[in-house]
Amino acid sequence: MASGILLVLLVVATLWVIGAYNGLVSLKNQTVNAFKQIDVQLKRRHDLIPNLVSAVRGAMNFEKDTLEAVIQARNQAVKVNAAGPQAVKQISQAENALSSALSRLMVVVEQYPQLKATGNIGQLQEELTSTENKVAFARQLYNDTATQYNTKQQQFPASLVAGVARAQPADLWEIEDKAERDVPQVDLSMKPKT
Amino acid sequence: MTDETSLNLFQQQELNRRRTTWLLAVFVLFFAWLGFGGDYIYALYTAHAPPAAQHHVWWFGFVMLVLGVGLAAYAYQTGSEKVLWATGAEEVLDPADDKQKQLVNVVEEMAIAAGVPRPRVWIVPDSDPNAFATGTDPLHAHVAVTQGLLDLCSRDELQGVIGHELGHVKNLDVRLMTTLAALVGAVLLMRDGTNRIFWGSGRGSSSGGGGSRGGRKGDLGPLVLVLLVVWIVSWILAPIITQLLALAVSRKREYLADAMGAQFTRNPLALASALQKIEAADMPTTHVKGGAAHMCIADPLGRRLTAHEGFVADVLATHPPMAKRIAILRGMGYAQLKKEGGAVS
Repeated sequence: MASGILLVLLVVATLWVIGAYNGLVSLKNQTVNAFKQIDVQLKRRHDLIPNLVSAVRGAMNFEKDTLEAVIQARNQAVKVNAAGPQAVKQISQAENALSSALSRLMVVVEQYPQLKATGNIGQLQEELTSTENKVAFARQLYNDTATQYNTKQQQFPASLVAGVARAQPADLWEIEDKAERDVPQVDLSMKPKT
Repeated sequence: MTDETSLNLFQQQELNRRRTTWLLAVFVLFFAWLGFGGDYIYALYTAHAPPAAQHHVWWFGFVMLVLGVGLAAYAYQTGSEKVLWATGAEEVLDPADDKQKQLVNVVEEMAIAAGVPRPRVWIVPDSDPNAFATGTDPLHAHVAVTQGLLDLCSRDELQGVIGHELGHVKNLDVRLMTTLAALVGAVLLMRDGTNRIFWGSGRGSSSGGGGSRGGRKGDLGPLVLVLLVVWIVSWILAPIITQLLALAVSRKREYLADAMGAQFTRNPLALASALQKIEAADMPTTHVKGGAAHMCIADPLGRRLTAHEGFVADVLATHPPMAKRIAILRGMGYAQLKKEGGAVS
């Protein structure tokens, strides 16, 4: 009788360990996949920027600094991105710099209605907004998934299985509050040359 | 039922899978009852007749069973196509203007936020703002919005609405709702068909058959009569019951999809303002017929029932009161603003 109860307990415990292990592995893969998604969107963004720059360059020889900042931030981001997913910290820093450079450019474009009226800048603006959103949402999904994964592996009793499942806390994608919150400075006294 | 919104995502998905299975099973069983019940009544009715007049194979029941299984399978397989076809939606393959391009972009963004593949995008040529999602799973999902919604909503509001629809996709509400819509459609079709048979043939034969039926009336036991009444009533009630089912299933899910949409966009106030605009536009979405009403973000029939809660609304409305949904979303929005230290305007 006693051995029967012991056997049942053993079976239940084994089933639970299997379940917890598989849960951790599936969360780990989801985290990795979510990270890949950010990568895809970042590549898209890097490919879009040269188009944007060449579209506004002609009409915008008055805001050279803003444009230069975008180009430099983009090149820096491409370089860091080649380092691979291990360098989450560096990548996120470079991408944040690119984000703030881009948002400054967007604000500048907003200030000059003539610029928006010329050619396909309106469409490019929509493309850029969408790309920025995609990066942000991919980041959000990654952070949500990674947080879920981290919480799961640290909470008792799943933490007992975490070592066996080789679960490591995943790095969150930091958003530098300062860069994101900074209101871009626009010199309104500067009028377009046209 | 009351706290089904507190389950986690996997439990939600499991719940929807189970409910879809149940729905299909009940549908098939109902057809079997219509068929075999008819056979049984006929057998009791002819029990005293000479053996030649009885039928020993219950062919009507088998026909109805096969029909029920066939309809259920067909409804499950082609439900989303049928719904889209019935609303006259057109797929956006190559965005024709800036608005359509924006819609496609917004759907792509929300698909990333929800972590599902990008659903196919459709536009319903209707000037009333509304939207729905359909499909059997995230891999075969469709999102449709009306032209009116595109014209009315800002980018952020559109994002809120699409987030809500992708909430339905992600927790597999679409599977249940699409199957239900297809089954409701099938039953409505059946009602139209049987009405034609009953009334059409009834008119022709009633004068001739009256005499002989009267003569045999004494043979009918009370059991047969009761069965006959129940059987006829279930033929008549079938369409009403399936529609009530559609209503009951969908109401609670809207709150959940609102919450999921807010989670994807992190912007509950945009969805609240979109809902407000949709509510203010309050005219019926003529392209969406009764069978698919429960799939839309707002009641396409523009019924006044949706305006308040209570017993009648609980039984008959497809959607929870708009004011309550907006209030809940606003609450989320202000809580978020407060947490971030921003000012509540």
